[in-house]
Amino acid sequence: MQAKGENAAGLRRDDRMERLRLFGLGSPAMLLILVVLVIPVGWLFYVSFIGADGNFSLENYRRMINSRSYSRIFVTTFQVSFLTTALCIVIGYPLAYFMAQLPPRLASLCMLAVLLPFWTSLLVRTYAWLVLLQRQGLVNEWGMALGLWDAPLKLVHNMTGTLVGMVHIMLPFLILPTYGAMKAIGPDYLKAAANLGATPRRAFWTVFFPLSTPGLFAGALMVFILCLGFFVTPAVLGGGRVILVSMQIVSNIELFVNWGAASALGVVLLVLTVAILWIASRFLRLDHIAGGGH
Amino acid sequence: MQAGGTEMLRWFSAPATETQITHGQRLWLYVFSVVIMVLLVAPTLIVIPMSFSDSQYLEFPPETWSLRWYRHYFGSAEWMQATRTSFKVAVLTMLVATPVGVLAAYGLHASRVRLVQAAFLFLLTPMMVPVVLVAIGAFYAYARLNMLYSLTGLVLAHTVLALPLVVIVTGSALKGFDTSLEVAARSLGAPRWKAFLTITLPQIRFAVVTSALLAFLTSFDEVVVAMFLSGGDNPLLTRNMFNALRDQIDPTIAAISTLMILLTTLMMLLVQIFGQPRKPADKG
Amino acid sequence: MANIAALPITVANVTKTYGRVHALDNVSLHVKSGEFLTLLGPSGSGKSTLLMVLAGFTRPDSGSLKFGDHEVIRTPPHLRDVGMTFQSYALFPHMTVAGNVGYPLRLRKVPRTEIADRVDRALQTVQLDGFGDRRIDQLSGGQRQRVAVARAIVFEPRILLMDEPLSALDKKLRDQMQIELRRLHEKLGMTTVYVTHDQREALTMSDRIAVVNHGRIMQLATPLDLYEHPANRFVADFIGESTFLPVTRRGDRVVYGDMALRHSRPAPDAAGLLLMMRPERIALTTAPVEGANTFSAVAREVVYQGDSYLVQAVLADGTEITLRRPMSGAALAAMPAPGAPITLSVAPEDAVIIDAGEV
Repeated sequence: MQAKGENAAGLRRDDRMERLRLFGLGSPAMLLILVVLVIPVGWLFYVSFIGADGNFSLENYRRMINSRSYSRIFVTTFQVSFLTTALCIVIGYPLAYFMAQLPPRLASLCMLAVLLPFWTSLLVRTYAWLVLLQRQGLVNEWGMALGLWDAPLKLVHNMTGTLVGMVHIMLPFLILPTYGAMKAIGPDYLKAAANLGATPRRAFWTVFFPLSTPGLFAGALMVFILCLGFFVTPAVLGGGRVILVSMQIVSNIELFVNWGAASALGVVLLVLTVAILWIASRFLRLDHIAGGGH
Repeated sequence: MQAGGTEMLRWFSAPATETQITHGQRLWLYVFSVVIMVLLVAPTLIVIPMSFSDSQYLEFPPETWSLRWYRHYFGSAEWMQATRTSFKVAVLTMLVATPVGVLAAYGLHASRVRLVQAAFLFLLTPMMVPVVLVAIGAFYAYARLNMLYSLTGLVLAHTVLALPLVVIVTGSALKGFDTSLEVAARSLGAPRWKAFLTITLPQIRFAVVTSALLAFLTSFDEVVVAMFLSGGDNPLLTRNMFNALRDQIDPTIAAISTLMILLTTLMMLLVQIFGQPRKPADKG
Repeated sequence: MANIAALPITVANVTKTYGRVHALDNVSLHVKSGEFLTLLGPSGSGKSTLLMVLAGFTRPDSGSLKFGDHEVIRTPPHLRDVGMTFQSYALFPHMTVAGNVGYPLRLRKVPRTEIADRVDRALQTVQLDGFGDRRIDQLSGGQRQRVAVARAIVFEPRILLMDEPLSALDKKLRDQMQIELRRLHEKLGMTTVYVTHDQREALTMSDRIAVVNHGRIMQLATPLDLYEHPANRFVADFIGESTFLPVTRRGDRVVYGDMALRHSRPAPDAAGLLLMMRPERIALTTAPVEGANTFSAVAREVVYQGDSYLVQAVLADGTEITLRRPMSGAALAAMPAPGAPITLSVAPEDAVIIDAGEV
């Protein structure tokens, strides 16, 4: 239905022009993403369906299903992602809860502690853990000095080291949105719960916790998604014993120059990521993740 | 001592929450939180003293102090070249990503087109797509376009990675911005672009400066794209560091890490000083 | 600041829809040159939308808008040259008072010395001499309001739009600012369109009031006409207190039950009719009053309210009527007890027959 009447056509044209002009402000950014990211990734998608003989083939995907080493990589990736996310929840939720109840001055000091790793280089932090966890590293040295264990433990170049490093790096991503959600819960809710006869424990589990879950879920989702595609930390701290999908993609290119295999892995990784985001978006609003913490 | 003791006791039994749980009952939470915060901060900071060790092996505390690894870093043509490239790429990325991202955030904020939601999601794709895919995709494309190891190629790829951050940070600042200010400016005779430059931009400058810093750091810290797209005449610092890490634990990295921590801290301080909105604290 | 040549505003057939909601439904309105006209209505009535159309920030679907003889409906806001103040004042926090007031002049490339001069004069006009160097966060609410006004008039626009400018102030300050704004308008003489949801404010300040509801102008009249002769139930309800009786037309008379009503103005030509009475104009009597409309009722509730008392009365057919009597020593003694039979009388001038039609 189009409005009729005096000046209707001109006003409609003005309106369309204004909207287009404003929307157009986003076009340089979108163009950049299209050219540098979307088209090349789209091309990888195409390459993943080309076989060694240059014709259309599903061999890159068939290899993934048939080869045991490939399925192990996917299992490891999910394992690491799940464990990291779970550890982040177990460690991050109480910490966020602690911070949410501090007076503002102390809370901002704690926020600094959470944000400092956020700002420092990923590589630096990974390096720091490598140094700390190595055979003659500080952790082993102090652990033995305190008599906690006798011989140096193998803490790095394995799953343990990978998890320690990844949890350290992912923790802020979980804490920030969780803290934001907790801060938004007014103290009156808990007073009301207590007034209605809830014990502190019950008030926490029936009122506070459910109200804080949107932030927690958003953070956990963010952590899980980031873990799925993570490369640097597992590559350094895993020492070749923990192989994730992204690392396999890199070695497919660097060592074997097999674009088809790398692309197929990439496509599967991307599809998994998008699928998880899509499923999650049906339960919570994704802009909470984007908006969380800032 | 006595008074302090009773005060302690009183604090232990004082209510800590609306539901009257006392501090004493929650002591475990306090201890746990403090330990976690120490663990969050300490590993990064412990690198600093270690970088001043004279030993080939990293030790803490160092037995003998020296600037050996700093001398090695500053004396190495290879490291210096990589550092220069990293700075160049990071600054250029910041200079491209900030205006492009701020414009996009403003456009999406002001435009009431139905497509806005979709456009916003599209602008976030670089955050959602695993960075390995971005890297090898660009690697393949650049190889065809003869842009591999080029400054332009690196800046474009890093700009794409930095854009979502700029859009999110600036966008959320715009959401919190009192739009009636811009409306007022326009009613007083300012065309829209002028109202944006003279009124909106000064109001959201903290977010803009933060975005710029994030764009710089995104580029400066980025490893995976650097691994694939940098090299030749334009190796990035992170690429060289990563390669060095894969081989052995080189204490030079500790020195570089210390310098990087210093750089980030410095930039954070600059943002605090120049970007912070004037506080109404000094009421006259 | 001298008298500014004012411009009349002509709104014709302006329509604005959001989806299926008519924010403005074919609105036409003429604001005379130099007039102080208030758009009064509940929130969501369309009054602010109409103001935003005048300012150019809301683009209507169709219609015409003229400032003087110029069609401006498609003119962008910055070229309309109208002053405007906002509910939140919208003062620029990163500029001083003088910076704010000088902003429209700088946009118009006025020479620097002249800017300082005109800023000073504008600040004088709103009684803020010497406040030029203050920061915005150093000002009180009332002072901010004045700065906003100074900024809106400094470039001598011929039309001034004000969007609920006093709603953020406390009651005392609001009363004082009402009179001040009124005085300022008399002095400057620019055509002013003022938006408010506060009926008392509208009655105090306006030359004419347009009561807006559901995107339509319900009635456009002087404050006196609006209060004495509301056109329909909505206006009667929205402005002042009112109480209603359903009445019917019988021949050329209007009757309530079997009783013919005495009313001084003719009944409107509408299907459904209501008798509208102001509670404070209903008298309590002991015997029927000559020449007035008299009703027998039972007092159901009697509420003491300090300066007056309120009686909720029920007529024989169950219709409720509210009346209010001023309080005095004598009235206190005469206050009816709940449940007591009472007699009400309403003078013909105070018995207003209105359109009962949809609101």
